[in-house]
Amino acid sequence: MTLLAPTGSGQAPPAPPAARSGRHRLLPYLLLLPGAAWLLIFFGVPLVQLAAASLYDPGGSLSTGYALTWAFGNYPDVVQAYWPQFLRSFGYAGLALVLALLLGYPLAYAIAQKAGRWKNLLLVCVVAPMFTSFLVRTLAWKTILSDNGALVGLLRDVHLLAPDGRLLATPFAVVLGLTYNFLPFLVLPLYASLERLDYRLLEAATDLYASPVQAFRRVTLPLSMPGLVAGTLLFFIPASGDYINAELLGTPNEYMIGNVIDSAFLVRLDYPQGAALSFLLMAAILAVVFGYLRRAGTEEVL
Amino acid sequence: MTGMASETPAGDLRLANLTKRFGIFTAVDDLSLTIPQGSFFALLGASGCGKTTTLRMIAGLEEPTSGQVLLGDRDIARLRPYKRPINTVFQSYALFPHLTIFENVAFGLRRRGIRSVDDEVTRMLSLVQLDGFGPRRPAQLSGGQQQRVALARALINQPQVLLLDEPLGALDLKLRRQMQIELKRIQTEVGITFVHVTHDQEEAMTMADTVAVMNAGRIEQLGAPADIYEFPATAFVANFLGQSNLLAGEAAGTSGGEVAVTAHGARFSVPAGRSRADRGPVHLGVRPEKLHLVGSADQVPAGHQHVTGVVSDASYVGVSTQYLLRTGWGTELSVFAANSGTSARVPVGSEAVAYWDPRHAFLLPRDAADTDRTAPVLDEPVGASS
Repeated sequence: MTLLAPTGSGQAPPAPPAARSGRHRLLPYLLLLPGAAWLLIFFGVPLVQLAAASLYDPGGSLSTGYALTWAFGNYPDVVQAYWPQFLRSFGYAGLALVLALLLGYPLAYAIAQKAGRWKNLLLVCVVAPMFTSFLVRTLAWKTILSDNGALVGLLRDVHLLAPDGRLLATPFAVVLGLTYNFLPFLVLPLYASLERLDYRLLEAATDLYASPVQAFRRVTLPLSMPGLVAGTLLFFIPASGDYINAELLGTPNEYMIGNVIDSAFLVRLDYPQGAALSFLLMAAILAVVFGYLRRAGTEEVL
Repeated sequence: MTGMASETPAGDLRLANLTKRFGIFTAVDDLSLTIPQGSFFALLGASGCGKTTTLRMIAGLEEPTSGQVLLGDRDIARLRPYKRPINTVFQSYALFPHLTIFENVAFGLRRRGIRSVDDEVTRMLSLVQLDGFGPRRPAQLSGGQQQRVALARALINQPQVLLLDEPLGALDLKLRRQMQIELKRIQTEVGITFVHVTHDQEEAMTMADTVAVMNAGRIEQLGAPADIYEFPATAFVANFLGQSNLLAGEAAGTSGGEVAVTAHGARFSVPAGRSRADRGPVHLGVRPEKLHLVGSADQVPAGHQHVTGVVSDASYVGVSTQYLLRTGWGTELSVFAANSGTSARVPVGSEAVAYWDPRHAFLLPRDAADTDRTAPVLDEPVGASS
C-alpha cells in the first residue's frame, strides 16, 4: 500500500539472517517456558487428575478409597440429579449479564467519551471495589440487604415490598450480587474499545443522515464489538461458575452449580460426582462461548 | 432520485450575522455572506481564524451563538445535522473502518431508507475513479483513494451544499494538485454548491470562483481570486494571499485622478481607482512580480516610479529569481524577476533600482502605528480553535 521510504529515524538495521538462525530462533520458546511449565504443573496435571476422578467408581468413599472403573455413568447421573442447578447457573449469570450491560455500557461510554478530565478518577472508582476481597464485598451486600436493614425498611414503607417481604435470600439478591461483583470485568474491556472510538466518525454518521439511534447502531456498537465480546465473556464465565453469591445472599433454593460442586468436594466428599460436575460445567461454558463467538464473529478475541 | 435534495428547491446559502463564541473566545464574529447556488466558494484563512467553525455551523455540528444559516428561504441554523440537505467531506475523511468502501458510500442512502443503492454507488465510485474498490476496507486504501471515497460518500446524497474541510490537507503536493483539478471537474459536473475551507491560498485560487479571506472570525475580503489578488482590501489580505511590499506613507488627497503619497521621504502616486484611502496614513502596496530591477535610475522607463537600494539576497527558484532589495531606510523589498532570459541577473551586493507602473500599485488605509510590511503572513495559529 504505502511505499516504504527511508525515514532516517535512526532505527537499527535488521540483524543479518545468519545471526537469526541460532539462539535467536529459540528465544520465543525460552520466553514461553516458565508460563508453559506453570500451566502444565498447575493446570494440566490437575485437569487430568480431575478427569480421572470423574470416572471413579461412584460406590467408593474417601475412607475406603476410589477405584478408576471408567464409570461414565457418573455423567448422566449428575445431570439427572442437578440439572436445575445447571439451568439456574446460566439463568442467573445471563440475567446478571443483561443487567450489567444495561449499567456497564452507558458507564463505559460515558467514561470513555464524555468524562474529560474525570476519566482517570472514574476508572479508579470502577476498579476500587477490587481493593477489598470478593468475600468482604459480598458480605457487605448481605448487611445492606438484611431484613432489618435500612433498605428493606424503606422499601416496605413505600410498599414496594410486602410487610414481610425480604431481599436477602431471594434470587434477586443473588443476581444482584453477581451483577455487582463482575461488573468491572465487563466495563474495563468495553471502556478500552469505546475509548478508541473516534467521535469524528459519529459526526460523519450524523452528517450522513443517521439519527443518534442509527449512529449508535451502525457505528458505535459495531466498533465497540471487540470490547463488548471480551467483556461479556469475562463477565459470564466466572459468573456462571460462581458459588459465593448464592451461598451468602441466597438459600439452597438459589444454589447454583458452583455450590453443588463445592459441597460435593468439601461436604459430601463425593469426588467422582464433583469431578463430573466440574467437567460438565467446563464443557457447557465452552459450548456457550464458542457458540457466542461464532455469532459475534470477532476474530480479535480468539 | 427521491432524496432530500429534491424536497425543497435549492437556493443560495446565506449566513446572516453568524456568531460563535466558545467561552470568552469569539471564533466567528458577526459573519454575513451569500454563497450563490452552484458556485465553488472557498473560505481561506490561517488556522484558528474561524473558518472551520463556520463550516461546522453550516453542517450543524456546531450550534451558532447567534445568527442565521439560510438555505433558500429556510433558516436551518437550529436543524439537527442529519436533517440538513448538506454533506461534508471531513479533513480526517472519517471513513467507517468497519464497513467496506461500498457500504461507506451507501451509508447516507441507506439511512434515508433507500433500498436499491447498487447502481448509485457504482456510478459514484466510477465518478471518483475507484471502480472495483467496493469490497475493500478503508484501511486498504491510500490517502488519495480514501479522500475520494469521502467525496463519493458525501456526493452520492446529492446535497444542496457540499462542505469540504481542508480535504486535501493530508495529501502530498503532487497528489494535491491532481485532486484540485479533479475536484473542480466534479464540481462542474454535478453543479452542487461547494464550500471549501482551506489555509492554502494557492488551492483556494486554483479551484474557487469566489474566495473569502477570513481573519480573526471576520471576512477581510470577498471576491474572485484575481480581483482579490490584484487589489487586496487590507494589509492582511495583501500578505496572506501571495505576498506584497507594503510601504508606510501618508496620503495627501486626490488630484487629477491620482492620489499623492509621501513615503520615506519620496513622493509617489497611485490612480484613484486603486486607492482605498486618499488621506492620512496609508500603505502603498506593490506585488513583488510587479517590481522590476535595473542598475540605475536613468534606466527607469517614463511614467514609472522607483526606489533605490542594495540587493541583499537573490534566490534562484527556476521559473524566477527572487531578490531582496534593502532600501535606504532598511526595509527589504521582495522582487520576483521572471527567468525569461531577457534581462541579466543582478549580483548580490550591487546597487539597484526597483521600478513599477503606478497602475500596478494599490493604496490601503493603515493604522498610524503600523510600519512597512513585506513578509508573507505565515499560517500560524492565531487562536485556540481552528
